[in-house]
Parts: sequence; C-alpha cells; structure tokens
Amino acid sequence: MGATYEFYKGLWKENPVFRMVMGMCPTLAVTNAAINGVAMGLATAFVLVCSNIVVALIKTLIPSKVRIPAYVIIIATFVTIADLILAAYFPDIQKVLGLFIPLIVVNCVILARAEAFASKSNVRLSILDALGMGIGFTWALTLLGIIREILGMGSIFGISLFGEGYISWIIFILPPGAFLTLGLLIAFFNAFSKNKAEDSCCH
Amino acid sequence: MEHGNLVVSSSPHIRSKESVNSIMYNVIIALLPATVAAIYFFRLRAFLLIAVSIIAAIAAEAIILKIRKKPIAINDGSAIITGLLLALTISPAMPLWMAVVGSVVSIGIGKQVYGGLGSNPFNPALVGRAFLIITFPVQMTTWINPIDGLATATPLGLQKMEGIGTGYLELLLGNVGGSLGETSALLLLIGGLYLIYKGIIRWYIPVSYLGTVAAMSLILGSDPIFQLLSGGLMLGAFFMATDMVTSPVTKKGQLIFGIGAGLITIIVRLYGGYPEGVLFSILLMNIFTPIIDKYAMPKIYGEVKSK
Repeated sequence: MGATYEFYKGLWKENPVFRMVMGMCPTLAVTNAAINGVAMGLATAFVLVCSNIVVALIKTLIPSKVRIPAYVIIIATFVTIADLILAAYFPDIQKVLGLFIPLIVVNCVILARAEAFASKSNVRLSILDALGMGIGFTWALTLLGIIREILGMGSIFGISLFGEGYISWIIFILPPGAFLTLGLLIAFFNAFSKNKAEDSCCH
Repeated sequence: MEHGNLVVSSSPHIRSKESVNSIMYNVIIALLPATVAAIYFFRLRAFLLIAVSIIAAIAAEAIILKIRKKPIAINDGSAIITGLLLALTISPAMPLWMAVVGSVVSIGIGKQVYGGLGSNPFNPALVGRAFLIITFPVQMTTWINPIDGLATATPLGLQKMEGIGTGYLELLLGNVGGSLGETSALLLLIGGLYLIYKGIIRWYIPVSYLGTVAAMSLILGSDPIFQLLSGGLMLGAFFMATDMVTSPVTKKGQLIFGIGAGLITIIVRLYGGYPEGVLFSILLMNIFTPIIDKYAMPKIYGEVKSK
C-alpha cells in the first residue's frame, strides 16, 4: 500500500463511479454533454483535494462526535469557492450545471474520502488519494458525457460529428439515457474485470 | 418404482400439454390476421418493417444468449413475438434501422438484462416501443393514411387535437392512420378471441381492461365505442397486457390489473400530453404486478387466519 497505490486506486480499482457507485446525483444529472461532465468532474476534484488537505491537517482538533458537520462546513467552503470561480470565468457552464454545483457539498464521494481516508492519514497521502479519486470521477463523468452527447446530439464537445442529417437519439440527453448509459457501462466494465480476475487466479 | 400395475411417483400428476413453444406459436397465429392486414394496408413498407423487426429480435436474442453462455433458445418463438409485436406498434413511416434499434432494445434491455424469458418485469416489446417514442418522437408519430399514402394523424390524435371524429366502420376495418397493427380493431379482436378460445389467455384482463375504458369514457363524457376501437387498445388488451410473465397470476389479480390499466389509459387519453395511453398504462401496471400478486393470492386450502 504505497503512496502510488493511493493515487492509482481511484483511477480504476476503486473508481468512485464505476466501482463504488458513489456520487450518483451529479453523475446522472449533469452528464448530458461532454463539457458538462468535465466541468462537474473538475469542480468536484478541486473540492475533493482542498477538503482532504484541510481535514488531514485539522483531524486531531475535531471532536469525533461533531466530525461530520465539521467536514460539511469545510467542504461547503470550497464548494462556494468553486461556484464563484465558475461564475466568474465560465458563466455559461455555471448556468448549465446550476443547482448541481452547490450540491457538491453533499456529494458522498467527498464526504466518504474525508471520513474514510483524510481523517486517518497524513496530508501527502490525502492529496494523492483525492487526486486519484478526483481524476477517476472526472474521467467517468467525461466518458458518460461523451457517449450521451454523441448519441443524443451527434456532437462531441460541441463539435458536430455527423452533419445536418443526423437524427438525434433524444433519450440519451434525457434522464432515462443517463441510467441506461451508466448501467450498460458498469455491466461492460464488470464483465471485463471479472474475466481478468478469473484468468489471473484460476488457470 | 412399480408395484404390479401401480406406478408410484411424486406430484404433479396431471400435466398440461402446453409448452412454451405451443403457447408462443398460438400467439403468432392469433396475430396473423392483423399482420396480414398491416401488409395489405401499407404494402411493402409494412412487410419490410415486420421482417426486419423479427430478424433483429431473433439475432439480438441469439447474440446475447451466446455472450451470456446460455443455450440459444431462439426456437421457443418468444423473440419472434417480441419482434412482431414491436413492429405492429410502430408507424409505417419509420425508417427500417429504427425498427432494428427498437428490437435490439426490446430484447436486450427489456428482457435479457433481467435474465431472459420469464424474468422480465416489463413487456419487452413495450420497452422497445417506449424507448423508440422517447428517442425518435418525430418519426414515431408521423402517420400514413393507408388509402392515399399521404401523411395523416391517428383517429385519437384527430379527436384530441382538432376535435374531428372517425367513423366506427373505418375504425373496425382499419382504413385509418396508425401503427401497423393497431388500425383494424376487428382483426385484433378475432385474434384475441382465438387466444381465449384456445385457453392461452383468460378473459379477465381484456374484459376488465376494455370494460374500464368503456365505463370511464361514458362517465367522463367521451364516446365509449370510439375509445374502444381506436388506438392500440385492442392490441394492448389482448396481446400485451395478458403477457404471462408480466401480469398477475390469479383471477382477482388479473381483474385489478385490467381495471388499473384501463384507468391509466383513459386518463392519459383524455387529460394527458400523449394522444394514446395504452403503452404507459401497461408498463405502469407491469410495475405493480408483484404487489398485486402478493395481495391477490388465494387462501391455501385449510388455512386459518393468523391471530
């Protein structure tokens, strides 16, 4: 369990979206276009890294009975910062993501990393953990966004792929498309990693 | 174990000659009149749509069963029915590839993800149709008039949006715009009665379903005969709501199922955003099937009320 493992585990082995199935609210709600997935992923990663650092720094000062409210206040601080940065520099994206930016406060990925990791580790490992989880969350949301945007609008990051004649698969930019895409992706990844585990252990 | 002429065996002692195959092929026979009518009214388009839907459904079933490493049971006819039912619920103006998408979704997401035949909570063909109507709303609601081949609206759409009625005889025979299989109420009725005569389905769901629609339209001030004969009601009531996998098993349960579906249909038709409510009514009642089954179970012989 070296420092590199703490970073890499979030990318795949303990990927918050595809393996832990956490943070479903933003995962399903905002991934109707690739750019929204990237923005939500990066905003969450930013909050995750900052809150993990602060929690790791002050973990001995927080009485264990009130630790969850304390974490929420720390997280909420950084969410406000992220929200204001987005509003200042990327107002379009901030408008699209809307309510889901403030809702990062209650994203269980962030709270889980604070509770399960940062409160028990030093700052260096907490940063690596948060970076890994943040990048894992971001690529998962981006992949979902890319698939849904290609099918639902025929474009990728706003660039049209198939020209005028493309008939959009409207379901994929609507909520049912989020569930379908996520479910099929998880099934696909599970099948893939299950075979790998069987190959390595039993033959 | 034989003792003279006596054969000792465990129950069940009475077996039905019915099998999954015989049931499925009887349903296909019952759907034939409506299918032939669809091909008569819409010619080559209808034939191609039906053929493509069925082939895609069978292919999807075979491929997914192969991936799941299960025996490839495409001979049981269930995939044929799913493809055929889906084809009968789509507009004759649909591009063929959309029918393929619908069939693959029906089999893949409607049936095989849940574990295949017998495990699906929703009617697979209706899952495919729901996917299509949300995904391609324009193509799914572009209707062709079977007589002149021009674009038209369905009788329900005309009634709802423009207040124009359609004659009973036309509805009965099928000279109206609509999905492939929902134009001729008469031929669907014949197919449904054949199924009841053969004992494949019981009358509880169709009768309570149609009865509720008729009674409610009378109460709510709509023409009950028009409501019964138009749209996908006949197809839904006889061939989709009665799906053995997704409807309740007891008489009481089936009556509740039919009444619920009838209520939802008439509410969507008269007050909803869509002109037709059969699709959603059956899918919604499919969700309630396990609960209905739980509360509509008959008492076991000799059972005493627990105190």
